[in-house]
Formats: sequence, C-alpha cells, structure tokens
Amino acid sequence: MRRAATIAVISALIVVAAAAAAMRSFAGTTPVPHPPKGQGEHCVADTEFMRKNHMKMLMHHRNEAVHLGVRTEQYDLNRCVACHAVAGPDARPVSFESPQHFCRSCHIYAAVSIDCFECHASRPDPRSRTAAMQPGNEEVAAIDQYLREIRP
Amino acid sequence: MSAGSQGMQPLADRRAMLRAAGGFLATLLAPGVMLYAFGAQSEPAGGQASAKVRWGLLIDVGRCPPGCDLCVAACRDENGWHESDRPEIDAQWIRKVKLHDPRTGASREVPVMCQHCDKPACVDVCPTGASFQRADGIVLVDKHICIGCRFCMMACPYKARSFVHEPQTAQKPWAPRGKGTVEGCTLCVHRLDSARLPACVEACAEKGGGAMLFGDLNDPNSDIAKAVAKHASMQIRSELGLGPAVHYQNL
Repeated sequence: MRRAATIAVISALIVVAAAAAAMRSFAGTTPVPHPPKGQGEHCVADTEFMRKNHMKMLMHHRNEAVHLGVRTEQYDLNRCVACHAVAGPDARPVSFESPQHFCRSCHIYAAVSIDCFECHASRPDPRSRTAAMQPGNEEVAAIDQYLREIRP
Repeated sequence: MSAGSQGMQPLADRRAMLRAAGGFLATLLAPGVMLYAFGAQSEPAGGQASAKVRWGLLIDVGRCPPGCDLCVAACRDENGWHESDRPEIDAQWIRKVKLHDPRTGASREVPVMCQHCDKPACVDVCPTGASFQRADGIVLVDKHICIGCRFCMMACPYKARSFVHEPQTAQKPWAPRGKGTVEGCTLCVHRLDSARLPACVEACAEKGGGAMLFGDLNDPNSDIAKAVAKHASMQIRSELGLGPAVHYQNL
C-alpha cells in the first residue's frame, strides 16, 4: 500500500517536472502584444489597472461627459489618444486604420473589435497637450474600488 | 379584487426595498463618483451642467446681412461636417433660411438650428433614450445609444436633425460623429463646458453683424434675459408649445 503511494507521488513529480521543462522550452515563443509606450511620464493609473479597467473608465466617463456635462481633463479620451499617439512613416500620428495604432496593437491580439473610432477621432488634435498626469495613489484606489462596486 | 391587492403587496414591498437599497448604494458610491467626476487636479470650468441655467439664443435678424454665412461656416469648421453633392442628405446643424414676402417684397435670411426646446418632441419619440435634454436645457443625441431610427428627425418641426449616411474619417476630437447616428446642433457643449461661447456666436460677433446673443435665460441679470424682456422677440412655430430656447428679433 505504502509502495503504491510512493510510486504515485514519484510519478506525479515526474509529470510535473516534464510539464515545467516543456513550458520552459516554449517560453518566449508565445507572441504577446507590445503596445507602444505613451508620450507622457505616467498614465492616469498603473499599467496593470489600466489594462484591466480602461474600458470601464471610458464607459463611465462617456456617460458623465455626455449626459451630465462633466468633462474632466484627466480621463478625457482625447488625452488618451494624444498621449498614446504613434507616429507613422510621415511623422504624423497614425489613425485607427493603421495596425500600429496604440489601441489596435492589443485589440488585434485579443480579437476584440472596438467601434470607438467610427465616431471619435483616432488622431490627436495637433494643438492638444500630450503630457499625462499622475494622480495620487489614493485616487486610483478610490476609482478602483468604485469600479469594482459598479461592475465586479 | 382582494386577491389582486394582496398580490400587489409584496411588489410594493420589493419596490420600497429596492428604493432603500438604491439610496444606500448611492451613498456608498458617492465618494468614488465625486472623485472621479470632478477629477483630482483638473476641475472643469462649469462642473456639472446645472438645472438652474437655461442656455438660449437671441438672434436679431435685422443685423443678419444677406449672403453672410459666417455662422454656418464657423459651425462647419468647429464640428467637422461639410456639405456633400447630395443636398438631401446634408448635415443640418445650422442653415440660413431665406424668407420672402411677395406681397411687400420684404426678404430676410434667418439662421436656423436646433431650437433646444423646453419640451423637445425629439426626446419624446426616441425609443432608446439617446435623444435627451441636459439639465441646462441643451438637447443632444447620445450617439453611443442612438440606433439611427430617425424618429427624432420626423418629430422635429425645425428640421434641425440629420442622419449621417456615410462613414466619417476626419472628425474633430471634440465633435464625434459617425455613420448610422443622428446629429444636430449641440450648442457647442464642449465649448460651453469650458466656459467658451458657441462657435457661431463667436464668429458672428467677431466678423459678422453681431446678430447673435447667447446667455442664460434664467438669469435676470444676463444680457439675453434683459434683451428678451426689453425687445419684442418671437420663437419659430411657438404655437406648437415646445418652448424653443432660440428667440428671433425683427423677424
């Protein structure tokens, strides 16, 4: 009985080790998106937070802006577009037509199509300021909490 | 009958409970909302649109020179629309309407745009809630939820709305517009929210006849409220009782 248990444990270990070795040999071969870096020093929140929640923030802000007239500069889509502008071959920012566009660089990978830019400009206004702002951690935490509550 | 009223009882209870829960939730969320809404560093010039304000326009048609289309051109540049080779589908943000009285020979050119009614017919008929009125009286289309049914275009007696038939590419960052949605004059909300005048009013004052007066109709000390009180002005199709915010003088 004890021998059987030992054999089971050993064979399980072997399987795990083999799987780990296999994964190590595949590491680096899986393509991952490499979104271009923004032009400002910091985004409006941590990268991890933005990756997970940017769509909720945009959705929330759109309702605030359109229906209530609350237009914060900080969470303005135009500022996202301006800061994350990617220069094309002609040195002008590329539009959403180009696969180099910041949003497309991930959305192609994730196979998630977005229709924001059917109406919104995907290129920044040449006159707009592009530097991003960094809110305090407290604010980010409060937004995080709020967003978790409205849509867990 | 009695069975029906018994059946209603739990429903009423549930409603009360939901109301209470909603109130509780609102208080819970309030700090987050406030923080997010007003931002930490950049408070918008106007904050939230206020229900105390009623934005309106007074257009002195007597000071509107024939042939002048500065207001139309300013709107076009500001909001990124343009005339096409198919006038029947052209955008209707603002246009000059020519009036001619064959009996007296008098003629006028009148700028007509969304009249931002008190009781907007377009809002009544909208099946999705995309057509709505802001707290400060501005009537807008939320293009995120507009399905392009065009009921509002049929309902509007001023022909102040139009449908975008073609894919758009060169939109202005502050004026999103796209195929399949209805659009109209926004009274330049993006400008108002940062305490600037609508583009047409600005252009008319700078280079035109200074025929357009913009302001808060609810504030008795504002220029527009004083002018409306002093001079005889009229609203187009006022008999419909929609309460347009655009007033015309010398029409």
